[in-house]
Amino acid sequence: MEVLRRALNPWGEDVLVGVSWDLIWAAVVVGALFVAGHALLVPKKKPSGPPNPDEAKGLPEKILRHSTGARAFHWSMTVAMFVLLVTAFFPLLGIRFPWVTIHWIAGFGLILTVLYHVYHVFAKQDFRTMWMGRRDVDETARTLKKALRATDEDPPRPGKYPADQKMFHHAATVVTVGAVATGVLMMFRIDHFLWGQNPYILSDAAWGWVYVIHGICGIGLIFLVIAHVYFAIRPEKRWMTWSMINGWIHRDRYLENHDPERWVVSGRDGDEAS
Amino acid sequence: MAVIRDMIAPFELYQPTGVDDALRLLEEHRADSWVLAGGLDSFDWFKDRIKRPAAVIDLGGVEALKGIREGADGGLEIGAMTSLADVAGDESVRDAYPLLAEAAGLVATPQIRNQGTLGGNLAQDTRCWYYRSGWPCYRAGGNICYAATPQSMNREHCILGASRCVAVNPSDTAPALVALDAEMFVARRGGEHQQAYAAADFFIGPAIDITRMTVLEPGDLLTHVVLPAPRPGARWYFEKVRDRKSWDFSLASVASALQMDGDRVADLRISVNGVAPYPVRCEAAEAVVRGQLPDDETGLAAGEAAVEDARPLRHNDYKIALMRNLVRRAVRDAA
Repeated sequence: MEVLRRALNPWGEDVLVGVSWDLIWAAVVVGALFVAGHALLVPKKKPSGPPNPDEAKGLPEKILRHSTGARAFHWSMTVAMFVLLVTAFFPLLGIRFPWVTIHWIAGFGLILTVLYHVYHVFAKQDFRTMWMGRRDVDETARTLKKALRATDEDPPRPGKYPADQKMFHHAATVVTVGAVATGVLMMFRIDHFLWGQNPYILSDAAWGWVYVIHGICGIGLIFLVIAHVYFAIRPEKRWMTWSMINGWIHRDRYLENHDPERWVVSGRDGDEAS
Repeated sequence: MAVIRDMIAPFELYQPTGVDDALRLLEEHRADSWVLAGGLDSFDWFKDRIKRPAAVIDLGGVEALKGIREGADGGLEIGAMTSLADVAGDESVRDAYPLLAEAAGLVATPQIRNQGTLGGNLAQDTRCWYYRSGWPCYRAGGNICYAATPQSMNREHCILGASRCVAVNPSDTAPALVALDAEMFVARRGGEHQQAYAAADFFIGPAIDITRMTVLEPGDLLTHVVLPAPRPGARWYFEKVRDRKSWDFSLASVASALQMDGDRVADLRISVNGVAPYPVRCEAAEAVVRGQLPDDETGLAAGEAAVEDARPLRHNDYKIALMRNLVRRAVRDAA
């Protein structure tokens, strides 16, 4: 299978042109194998007993997990990402339509949502809740051991975000930033009203890498979207998915899945959580 | 420019004698195949070593694809392998569809019209020399248009319909068939499936597919073109503008078909080629003319409407005035 596409430029130089679009299918296959492997091999989480009454004391029934701003970001990014993936890959799969303008406008929308997210995280939230620390590494190792049936011991309860969610977030950040940064550069190659067309701002070799990075990030997003949708619809994770719709989780889910010392609910008689 | 070599890269030559055989071979070889009609464009590609098909399917022996016949509804059916000279010289074409006869008669030279076919003329690739030199432009599967930079030589390129690629469709017969509202019949999947396309839909721009100029995909075969029955009281116009009087591609060409109601234009179709990656149907201009007298004033207004969305490149702004005047004459001088 071809991985990179190369061509001779007018100066006779062998330059990169982009990634092979066979990799789209590779991402789909890897995503399907991951889903099948996880569904078949990883044991389902056993329901824990009733919550500790001491921990539950004073907690509201509904605990806010995602603020309106955070949910607005998630769903607007979802729409932008969906449009970007459809406009990028459907034409390559033979479904033809004028995709370029829709694609860059959706990309522009994605940039706006990312900028809002960065502002929201630093101004309204605690960005350290998404930070990977030593305890997250330990949690990951113990989760893996449990998944591989090397131990019966449950991994410790995480803070607001489990380690696997943090890793997904960081992977999505890397490919999104990669796709956005290279996408902005690629807009110098097309005609639009924002700025003038100039394909010679970079050398052919550098452009090749821009297209390769954009392609790899786009294909990486296919895998990440498959994994994200899979976890979102798994029965034991649906409470989390619902919280991305209505914003809150039930007190029992909070105590079952989160360590109250690592995710401290600040308004014990209200519905605020930090 | 690419270097034309004496020797063509080797390929398997297939010479079917029936449409079914041709379709079977196309289905068998699909993306590795090349359909050879008149061969006038094909051999340039082969000698430049830019196109290197593994299998060349020569349709020259498929008699069923040749000829001009009466259609079912009083129109005409023209086989895709009918020579341009036959189209230009056929009495029924000259009588009922004079703009098509004129368009076919203005292609290249008499020798080329004898060898070239209607299907080949319609399905031919663009003449953009950056693309034809074998450089990795968008149309060739790369990621740049060498013709759309501030330094490019783009006198012959498009003023409408660009989407990353700015190449133009070079066919002379295409605008005539769009103006005539012809239908193109395409056989695919080894002949299991046949689809008719309105002429305007047969040609596609780079926004839809940057590597193709028509709906034809590997394995597909344009079998014939059907012209609708001629309507009484119709007026026609065709004009091709080129740098020299013979053996040249058009800088721009216009074809119009006007349906008259007394002195006024009841309905019309105007198509311009050489200004976009596909023959442009000038619907804004048609709206201006509908219901009006086909005089100079109406023609001028139609011309203005036709170029409203035009965006020239560095060296082709003359095409705006050219297209405006061609549309003006296509309304005013249709006879």
